[in-house]
Amino acid sequence: MAQRITIDPVTRIEGHLRVDVEVDGGEVTKAWSSGQMYRGLENILKGRDPRDAWLFVQRICGVCTTVHAMASVRSVENALGLEIPLNAQLVRNMVQSIHCLHDHIVHFYALSALDWVDVVSALDADPVATAKLADSLSDWHGNSPKRFAAVKDKVKTLVASGQLGPFANAYWGHEAMKLPPEANLMAVSHYLEALDYQRKATQALAIIGGKNPHVQNLSVGGVTTNLFSENQTAVTMERLYYIKQLVEEVRDFIKMVYMTDVVAVGALYKDWLPYGAGVTNYMAAPDMFLDAAGTKADLPGGTIFDGDLSTIKPINTIADQYFIDNVQESIAKAWYDGDWSKHPWESSTDPKFTEFEDDGKYTWLKAPRFQGKPMQVGPLAQMVVGYAQGHERTVKAVDACLSRISAVAGVQVGPEILHGTIGRHAARAVRAGMMADLALEHWDHLVNNLASGDYEIFNPPVFPKGEQRGVGVHEAPRGLLSHWIVIQDGKIKNYQAVVPSTWNAGPRDAEGQLGPYEASLMGNPIADPERPLEVLRTIHSFDPCIACAVHMLDPEGKEMVKVKAL
Amino acid sequence: MADTVNTTLDPQLNRRGFLKGITMAAAALGMSDAVIPKMVEAAASGERPRVIWLHFQECTGCTESLLRSSHPDLARLILDIISLDYHETVMAAAGHQAEHNLHDTVQNHPFILVVEGAIPTKENGIHCMIAGKTAMEILAEVAPKASAIIAIGTCATYGGVQAAAPNPTGAVGVQELVDKPVVNISGCPPNPVSFLGTILHYLTFNRLPELDKLGRPKFAYGRRIHDHCERRAHFDEGRFVEQFGDEFHKLGYCLYKVGCKGPETFSNCPAVRFNDVDVWPVSVGHGCIGCTEPNFWDTMTPFYERLPQVKIPGTGIVADADSIGKKVIGVTAAAVGVHAAVGIGKGLIKGKGGSDEA
Repeated sequence: MAQRITIDPVTRIEGHLRVDVEVDGGEVTKAWSSGQMYRGLENILKGRDPRDAWLFVQRICGVCTTVHAMASVRSVENALGLEIPLNAQLVRNMVQSIHCLHDHIVHFYALSALDWVDVVSALDADPVATAKLADSLSDWHGNSPKRFAAVKDKVKTLVASGQLGPFANAYWGHEAMKLPPEANLMAVSHYLEALDYQRKATQALAIIGGKNPHVQNLSVGGVTTNLFSENQTAVTMERLYYIKQLVEEVRDFIKMVYMTDVVAVGALYKDWLPYGAGVTNYMAAPDMFLDAAGTKADLPGGTIFDGDLSTIKPINTIADQYFIDNVQESIAKAWYDGDWSKHPWESSTDPKFTEFEDDGKYTWLKAPRFQGKPMQVGPLAQMVVGYAQGHERTVKAVDACLSRISAVAGVQVGPEILHGTIGRHAARAVRAGMMADLALEHWDHLVNNLASGDYEIFNPPVFPKGEQRGVGVHEAPRGLLSHWIVIQDGKIKNYQAVVPSTWNAGPRDAEGQLGPYEASLMGNPIADPERPLEVLRTIHSFDPCIACAVHMLDPEGKEMVKVKAL
Repeated sequence: MADTVNTTLDPQLNRRGFLKGITMAAAALGMSDAVIPKMVEAAASGERPRVIWLHFQECTGCTESLLRSSHPDLARLILDIISLDYHETVMAAAGHQAEHNLHDTVQNHPFILVVEGAIPTKENGIHCMIAGKTAMEILAEVAPKASAIIAIGTCATYGGVQAAAPNPTGAVGVQELVDKPVVNISGCPPNPVSFLGTILHYLTFNRLPELDKLGRPKFAYGRRIHDHCERRAHFDEGRFVEQFGDEFHKLGYCLYKVGCKGPETFSNCPAVRFNDVDVWPVSVGHGCIGCTEPNFWDTMTPFYERLPQVKIPGTGIVADADSIGKKVIGVTAAAVGVHAAVGIGKGLIKGKGGSDEA
């Protein structure tokens, strides 16, 4: 007999997300993803100064705390045809890459590890055996029996206190939890260490950004970070070397701990490798530009359809026509007025709430489509798109990760395992490592450019009469982000953000094509409908960010049925 | 990695690190060293005080800000100092397991309530719902039973970015809907030092810190940005940046003419700075945007235009700075609608406030 499960709230994500699934014969047969909040920022921006937009839209999300800022200044610069100085491009690249390190570490440990790691089981682990296991996986200096014993004591004290706080009433002892106690203890120890390393990343970011979250060093036309090293108010060489040191420490944590833990989870949960693929159309934007004009990028962009690498079509520049021409947003199943599908420059965001209707409108999220197709975006999309193009850095990093999973799992696995729940985690860890390398390379580019005597950081924007349209594209930690602006006589006439979590968490469209979250849940096993841990695994693998994707719920405030026999 | 092990876990060094954190917080509170032992005792005795943290219309930036805190850091805060019983971003449980945790604490234990995010009031609050209830309904259930209420961030204090004109969802801060004292830790996001200082103050004295007329702790919001700014001397001497990246910007002159709102913004930013790396926006060449002030999205914009009426150069800025609340332009019509909606919300919360079935 089929059962309906409603998970609301989905926790360990940013924002308010509700997921409904129908389970039949122990697996998911239907799914709905519903964003539960609407703020209307697009409407607030109308009539305002385009230079201010980035500070408003940055507040779309405090997790993706740099990305909307970046896409916004790019959209205005694109509308004005304004090129920024090379230093500004490189400082922005530092912001992008370092933020990414923070974001991916926090996502794996704070937001998703507890789907796979049983904290209570760690109490049964032997610290010496744990150290032996950890040593077999990496040379990380934190993996000592003493540390693992201390962490075990910490868990014991917490459990004995009877106040489990954020760890209360979760999925400990769930039959889908498969890690041996030693792997659980190792992961709990790394969970705590991750809190230190994410902080180091944000410190590096704050040195150039002024604070974090919500850096305050951008401006339409460049950056405000003063790089003139002859003055003490500037980010001097000493400060830049401080950034480098912090990033190196974080890079080591990513490569020796984060990547290793993902490999261990992937290998020890190899039964899970086939689950969670869903939509295998992928799209990524080029980013980490090496030139002021935004034509040469260290991260490749492109599209792939139906998981077929031979369909690769590149997206090459910061404002690529292939991308611009093919994006539409559908509101057929979203709580907005109408049922149109429109290009973002023509799109609007006028709320019209009805009800949660399984076959009608059921979310505040729109359904973005590319050439009419749902697309999956994010680190996985970026890896697949790079891999298909033979992008050297990507191929090398992905192959290294796959061979480590193969070694630990004891079976040979290839890139096909990337299409799935665990594949998304693997791709994110690979991307984190790549971004750490790139942060350091772009640090070099910046320092070399400064050494040549170039201190330029800003080209002032000038707003002509008439209408200008611009797009700002950015490869955020959660995937391809685009901001679309229409400027009229120096004021914002229309503004739309088409964000990664809208691509992934969006609903069905007029043709009934499922969004990526929904499609990825099909066929997921569900051992216990009362404790639907497996749904969380797949949803968390996307790194949901619903404030970004935004937009609700049930005006009657009806009693929500949690698990219902159909 | 010895340092990580020890600062997180070793009892001796843990205590040293903890004391350092307490000392920093005490400094932020303007207290003497003599009070530290009492703070340690208050923070470390018996059952950990329970905290319920609600998220409404927000971006999670305030939570993220806490993740960056080093004294105490998040692990120490939630394992040693408080019991964080409900917090959507951090908690392991989801769905009705999460809801169970919330209701268990609300019904059976004393707790401190922290709210992050604004509460939409239009159309009975349908623009933000969790587990089938509106943000207004959840606040009505939880707030009356809290032993203290802290609104963190400019959204929870004054409505924040979604309340900017035309405020499409009728977003308001907690104090508009609750008839109890609310501590407002404003800022977008606020410095974690200001929040942690407030929590530790409460745990020590069992009362809220002294507040200004906007509900903000005076220890963190008692002075203008302008009063402690390292570029103040340039302001007084009339040396200004005319454009980002110009000669004057390179030399670190005052950012007033490129839009700095420091003269009218009350916050500890230049004094405590951010992320333990001695920075704040002005130190990277960008003006203050006034993010700790109510309605700054409307009163402080355009961000890159200079504040009107501030005398330059000179010192006679006080009279103009106090007029900040009157500069709201073009939001009157929206404000009328919002106030009407707030009236409904207040009625709802008062109506349900004392009842156990809420």
